[in-house]
Amino acid sequence: MPVPFPTAAPDCGVPTLHARGLTKIYRSGEVEVQALRGVDLDLAPGEMVVLLGPSGSGKSTLLNILGGLDTASAGEAWFRGSPLTRLDDRALTRFRRDHVGFVFQFYNLIPSLTATENVALVTEIAARPMSPESALDLVGLGERLHHFPAQLSGGEQQRVAIARAIAKRPDILLCDEPTGALDSHTGVLVLEAIERIHAELGTTTVLITHNAIIADMANRVLVMGDGRITEERRNTERRAARELSW
Amino acid sequence: MVRALRPLDRKLVRDLWRLRAQVLAIALVMASGVALLCMSLTSIEALSETATAYYDRYRFAHAFAHVERAPEHLADRIRLLPGVQSVSTRVVRSAVLDVPGFDEPVIGQLVSLPARGEPALNRLALRSGRLPRPEAPREVVLAEPFAEAHGLAPGDRLRAIMNSHWQELTVVGLALSPEYVYTIGPGALMPDDHRYGVLWLGEAAMQAAWDLDGAFNDVAVSILHGADVQAIIAGMDELLGSYGGIGAYARADQISNWFLMNEIEQLKSLASILPTVFLAVAAFLTNMVLARLIAVERSEIGLLKAFGYRDRDIAWHYVKLVLGIGLVGIGLGWAMGYWLGLVNTRIYADFYRFPFLLYAPGPVPFLTAALASLLAALLGALGTVRKVTALPPAEAMRPPAPPLFRRTALGRFRAFRSLDQPTRVLLRQIGRWPVRSFVTSLGIGMAVAVVVSSMMWLDAIDRIVDTYFLQAQGQDVTVGFTEPRGGTVTGELARLDGVVTAEPMRVVPAKIRFGPREERENLQGLPAEQELHHVFDAAGRSLHLPPGGLTISTMLAQLLGARIGDVLTVQVLEGRRPVLEVPVVGTFETYIGSPAYIDIRALNRLMKEQASVSAVHLRLDASRRAGVFRELKETPKVSFITLKDAAVRTFHDTMARTLLIYISFFVAFACILAFGVTYNAARIALSERGRELATLRVLGFTRAEISYILLGEIALLTVVALPLGCALGYGLARLFVGAFTTELFRIPLVIEASTFGLSIVIGVVATALSAFLVRRRVDRLDLIAVLKTRE
Repeated sequence: MPVPFPTAAPDCGVPTLHARGLTKIYRSGEVEVQALRGVDLDLAPGEMVVLLGPSGSGKSTLLNILGGLDTASAGEAWFRGSPLTRLDDRALTRFRRDHVGFVFQFYNLIPSLTATENVALVTEIAARPMSPESALDLVGLGERLHHFPAQLSGGEQQRVAIARAIAKRPDILLCDEPTGALDSHTGVLVLEAIERIHAELGTTTVLITHNAIIADMANRVLVMGDGRITEERRNTERRAARELSW
Repeated sequence: MVRALRPLDRKLVRDLWRLRAQVLAIALVMASGVALLCMSLTSIEALSETATAYYDRYRFAHAFAHVERAPEHLADRIRLLPGVQSVSTRVVRSAVLDVPGFDEPVIGQLVSLPARGEPALNRLALRSGRLPRPEAPREVVLAEPFAEAHGLAPGDRLRAIMNSHWQELTVVGLALSPEYVYTIGPGALMPDDHRYGVLWLGEAAMQAAWDLDGAFNDVAVSILHGADVQAIIAGMDELLGSYGGIGAYARADQISNWFLMNEIEQLKSLASILPTVFLAVAAFLTNMVLARLIAVERSEIGLLKAFGYRDRDIAWHYVKLVLGIGLVGIGLGWAMGYWLGLVNTRIYADFYRFPFLLYAPGPVPFLTAALASLLAALLGALGTVRKVTALPPAEAMRPPAPPLFRRTALGRFRAFRSLDQPTRVLLRQIGRWPVRSFVTSLGIGMAVAVVVSSMMWLDAIDRIVDTYFLQAQGQDVTVGFTEPRGGTVTGELARLDGVVTAEPMRVVPAKIRFGPREERENLQGLPAEQELHHVFDAAGRSLHLPPGGLTISTMLAQLLGARIGDVLTVQVLEGRRPVLEVPVVGTFETYIGSPAYIDIRALNRLMKEQASVSAVHLRLDASRRAGVFRELKETPKVSFITLKDAAVRTFHDTMARTLLIYISFFVAFACILAFGVTYNAARIALSERGRELATLRVLGFTRAEISYILLGEIALLTVVALPLGCALGYGLARLFVGAFTTELFRIPLVIEASTFGLSIVIGVVATALSAFLVRRRVDRLDLIAVLKTRE
């Protein structure tokens, strides 16, 4: 099946991601949970957006649908004008492989691979990747290339995860609570890495967090509650990651 | 029901349900062991009980003797021997038969029935019709298998040469006899109901035909409980010696009973080896699953301990899990075992002819099997359960530290560095847990080993047929005579139209002694350089017979404890019954029997007789066989006619009916074994590494690519397992061959490349099937759930 995504540079007028009326209902036995209730969203190329909100507000569900991990119960989402919500599993896998970088709260590194190898895992299957070493350099881990996850600290592991996510030069970087398992100092190091990548590669970045302070580094902040976007604001002045602390 | 249980027991029931596929896979392996053990034990029980009941009900004699001719009053003297209960005399002769519609010669064993009433011993189990009337000398009862083979029923007719005269006989009944549970003709290896059968006629007709009025040539005795059989046999020999007795023998040496008891012995070997393999694998599987299950349940165990559950409560909880799996396995195994036992016993009942079958297995085989398999499972779980109770609660509640991988020598190889990352994951996984990986390979290897050692029988049978029949026997037909004939008979037969070559053979029944040991064995005299019937070594050499002594099989040498150069005492049981001193001049290896050969001229000299012949081997012109058969049917004093191609066919048919059925059972069980091991290994790996695999899916790896990591590991372990399995199979085959060696058969340890090949294919297919089932689970990995949880 042909892959329905343009690989050429995007037209700046077209949003990278674009969603209308996204709804998600989880059914577990007799219980029905409405996780998203008609979300509209546009992500411009090169934009950094922070999604804030309490647990259960629908942040992760939205991120999962935008990243091609989950499908919506209703509504539509488009990646550069191509519909995401009608894709089958195979096409979604292709979408993630070519265009999306994920960073998770618990790093999710492969314990049997070194830092370089964890990154190479992605560069081997990507279309136009950077070298694993360059990616690790970008996150400040040029010295820890051949360490296994069990030999790295939490912050270092998360930075390897970021290097792994961006080594393919993704069009979108999706980070779900990337600092959730880290202390403030280490968390800032991780945010600096994300900030640097955003600046140098111009990747559209979405960052989920509970931590309102992190919102200061975004272009735009979306606050979610009960499955809807309840507030949207633009930061007229962005703060650098190194200025943050909590 | 679940509600009435204690919380821990509810957890148990739900755990068993959650793990149902794995529980079933382990239970099936256990069930295979239990079923095999039940099958063997119930068959042994059924066969032994059926035989005992049959022998008792139909008064099977305890000792037998054949003479040339003895007066009837001698029976009274035998009756007076201390310990003898009753005596039955009769006339037993061989005769060539002419069965309508069957061109080849048929040999009948004719046995007389007393004029009045039933025989005192070896009574007939009449299956249809009636016994011959005393006033009707041409009425005959046929052995049921022989009648079935030829489609004969009461009212049908056949002809027999009774002492050189054709007699027309009318079938009046069909019967079975405890003496002929296994009906085997002279010189044959397997029963051939088309070419050899037993016929019972009235005593008067038999005595008249062979001029034995007031005399008998065969006697059977039963003895009192506790009496000394050997003393009675010695007494009979003394009484019968001067009447041409060739030595009395006990029930244990009676040919039909000997085969039956041998079979029961072989079943006992079977019962001890194969179920052990299955139970050992089941124990290993239980251990593997439980160890990993508990690894996953660490935090729950810590929590239980924090709540105040004692170590023994928790240990007992997991012991119950094992017992739960064990009970499913035992239940399935009992059902399969009962059914297989029945099928197996029926196969025997068809092969060994009984008038009834006692298949009412008692509780003992089932309890034995259950106990053995539960013990094996508990033994398998022991280590893991001990580990559980050793965990301090706080440690148990922390997630296990991530597995520490280190750079190994592997990484220094250029070849390793050129591998892609998924392949590295796969290899490091194996390298990180080498023992676990090896044990998985061992499990799959065991399955391949079971197939190799089962299929090995077919190769062994082919080898036996090839050496015993095809290479050693150049003749097409062997004609045996009721008594030794002059040497001219060879020439007479050679001149028959259609006979290409004829070769004489002299067979002399004897007791061979060396030191304190004695064996009953025929001396077989053949030309020094054989043209048709070769003395053939198992190594494939045709032997020249030196004139100076005996060339004996290594089996006979072993039984006697004799070596080349030793002088044996041979007591001939025929004619003038000389006692000879003959040296051993050679030994040779053979698969069947324990024969002793000698140059025919030397034998004639030792017997102080002119060229004398007991049988003649003939090679025929294929286009004129029918004519030769017609002539042979008219030849007087023929006691047996053996057709080589019929013997080969019968051998193969019999093996196909019995051995192939067994082999298919074992192959099926081996598939279950391979499936159980791989399915569990893959499922556990999936549950341990679901998170890792889901991460890869999120990163954009396709299902096929992540399946490669999981199933590639299984595939690699299978690749290791295959040669391992072949080697183990060879070892297991060796064990079987050793356990199944009898005086009659030595199973050659031959395993053809094709057998290894087929075993490998079966192993791979079973593994692939379980991989396919696990692959479907990989497709259902929950990508989202796995990302939000901590390991």
